Amino acid sequence: MPYSKLSKGFLEALRSIVGPQHVLCGTQITEDYQRDELAEDLFCPEAVVVPESTEQVSQLLQWAFEHNVPVTTRGSGTGLCGGSVAVEGGIVLSTARMNQILEVDQQNLMAVVQPGVILMEFQKFVEDQGLFYPPDPGEKTATLGGNVSTNAGGMRAVKYGVTRDYVIGLEAVLADGTVIETGGKVVKNSSGYSLNHLLIGSEGTLAVITKLTLKLLPKPEKQISLLVPFPSLREAIETVPRILAAKVVPTAIEFLQREVLEAAEKYLGKQFPDSSAPAYLLLTFYGQNVVELESVYEKTAHVCLDAGAIDVLIANSPDRQESIWQTRGAFLEALKAMSALEEVDVVVPPSEIAAFVQFTKDLEAELEARILSFGHAGDGNLHVYILQDELPKDEWQRRAHQAMDAMYARAKQLRGQVSGEHGIGYAKRPYLRSSLGAAQMQLMRGIKDVFDPKGILNPGKVWSPSAADSVKLEESNWMH
Amino acid sequence: MVHIVVCIKQVPESRDVEMDPVTGSLLREGAASVMNPFDLYGLEAAIALKEHHGGTVTVITMGPPQAEDVIREAYMMGADRGIMLSDREFAGADTLATSYTLSQGIRRLGDVDLIICGLQTTDGDTAQVGPGIAELLGLPHEAAVQTVHKVDEAGLWVQRDMGDMVMELSLKLPCLITVTRQVNQPRLLSFRRKMATKDWPVEVWNRADISADGPDYFGLDGSPTQVERMFPPEPHDQHERWEGTSRDLSERLQKWLLDEKFVEQGAAPWKSES
Repeated sequence: MPYSKLSKGFLEALRSIVGPQHVLCGTQITEDYQRDELAEDLFCPEAVVVPESTEQVSQLLQWAFEHNVPVTTRGSGTGLCGGSVAVEGGIVLSTARMNQILEVDQQNLMAVVQPGVILMEFQKFVEDQGLFYPPDPGEKTATLGGNVSTNAGGMRAVKYGVTRDYVIGLEAVLADGTVIETGGKVVKNSSGYSLNHLLIGSEGTLAVITKLTLKLLPKPEKQISLLVPFPSLREAIETVPRILAAKVVPTAIEFLQREVLEAAEKYLGKQFPDSSAPAYLLLTFYGQNVVELESVYEKTAHVCLDAGAIDVLIANSPDRQESIWQTRGAFLEALKAMSALEEVDVVVPPSEIAAFVQFTKDLEAELEARILSFGHAGDGNLHVYILQDELPKDEWQRRAHQAMDAMYARAKQLRGQVSGEHGIGYAKRPYLRSSLGAAQMQLMRGIKDVFDPKGILNPGKVWSPSAADSVKLEESNWMH
Repeated sequence: MVHIVVCIKQVPESRDVEMDPVTGSLLREGAASVMNPFDLYGLEAAIALKEHHGGTVTVITMGPPQAEDVIREAYMMGADRGIMLSDREFAGADTLATSYTLSQGIRRLGDVDLIICGLQTTDGDTAQVGPGIAELLGLPHEAAVQTVHKVDEAGLWVQRDMGDMVMELSLKLPCLITVTRQVNQPRLLSFRRKMATKDWPVEVWNRADISADGPDYFGLDGSPTQVERMFPPEPHDQHERWEGTSRDLSERLQKWLLDEKFVEQGAAPWKSES
């Protein structure tokens, strides 16, 4: 059934639910609401509504369900796959006003928040109370609701896991406006199918999340980072499984290559503390005291030196750590400032990461397009970028899609997955379909139909076809 | 071949150190400590000069026995020799007594071409000790150096940060400079050097080692500064949050800037239209 377009009467209905000043339409809808961080393609919603309560979200969905209007939920719009973009028009539901930290429960080590709370504000808020929210995606201005909807990962996944591991309860509004609560403030839960986990990572296609109950940990007292220079990228990455095998459990293991570092130095106008090597591993350890940390990092340092590291550089103070991590944090922005990019966010078993990186290097030579990567070497999640540089747009996109097809195919061979942490959105759908196969896609379709029989929740995302297909998919040979 | 001395200090890691409400002194007990962040830039400048021109780098610190940690760190960055000025009689020193103690330590070292200090410490923030040492030793000095170019026959070539201007100058050796955070990016600690230097000695000099002067030049007795009162300043964290459309917000901001006299009423284009 075709979706309804928003008439004037419809806008009045929306205004009566959230208040007239919280409905944007026409020229009030700036470009920001028409895209995310993926690309320049713009999809303009017919209205942006900004509710402030679960009650209002419920009324909105009830109304949208009745009138068959698509609803795309949006946090900060920092996604990288088009997940929060209204490819079918309709309403963008912004969580910007649902940004309250409702409770920090010191007894249970849990917090209850609204979905529009910004990640970095939440991290700081709980850390000031001696607590710690481990998920640490690179984009700190993302919302927690967005993090949960994409099951965002981040740097600390090696030790602490990803967002999913810290979401123990959700309040969500179903397509017809019904409010449900899944999970809750319980540590264990074997009560039927976990709808909680089904909603996590569902990118707004199953329900609209309105409240999150998050698990916290005591804040680690001390941290130390090691910057380990290697004579080659291959030697750096091949050391990672040896570190993991030494059972030292770093919080993060990242790999850096000189070309990306230099771009970040230029972007920040700030020198990195070492420039002696073509490639580095960057490790962080968390612990409760200096003695514990020293024994762990010394063991790791010896593993690295035995594996051919040039040296192991120690960052043991906040200033020293910032000099490294600030640069690491600027990688994506630095690459974006240098050239247009196509991104791949594959994840492979940690033991296969060296093989995969080598594959991207070979592809770079074969396709004659610059391919740079950095990422979470410790958890197998790579961010690979195909740069346009001086190439004409058509030619670059042709080579980029060729590269992406090859990389996803290679990842599948290595028993990897399409997306480690960014999600599928509309951009990665063909690759998901090919990677998961018919049986799993069929199950997903069944689940979607149960939750959203009219298909009004974030249509055109994760798996379902949409108008965006005509833009994106025709450019790709993947489907044929 | 130059002999460079770098003055370093162990300071609390966090700037949120609590203060004794009665004595007004900083409660350093139990707080984690680090090398004064500014000193890292001084040490990096010294090691870089050594790498380029040859020579040796000696670090010197005044402090209690645990200050050995910062000397070990200096070894891990590339220092060749470490001196610790440690004596109960040095305790409670103000900037004059500290400058005097360090200058006496440097005198005992003898042949020194260049002394580098961080601009200031993060626990005292006076920026007086560097220039104090130079005056006591009768050396030319420049504070707030943001670029160290080179050493040649004419001396040391540097750029100094003058706030809204940069001064380029050369100083005859021996001399003293204090450096800002703009001067370089300090290197990290080398694990290889950690292993190589773990048996290196740290020389400890007490008052008798550095001076024939009596105790009243040192520590509390040698400190003319009288601290009347120490208190944390009123935190300026009051803020208010405005919400509304861009137009409302910009008009409100404009009104506020005018009311608070940050700006004067001028010809705002959208006003003149109406």
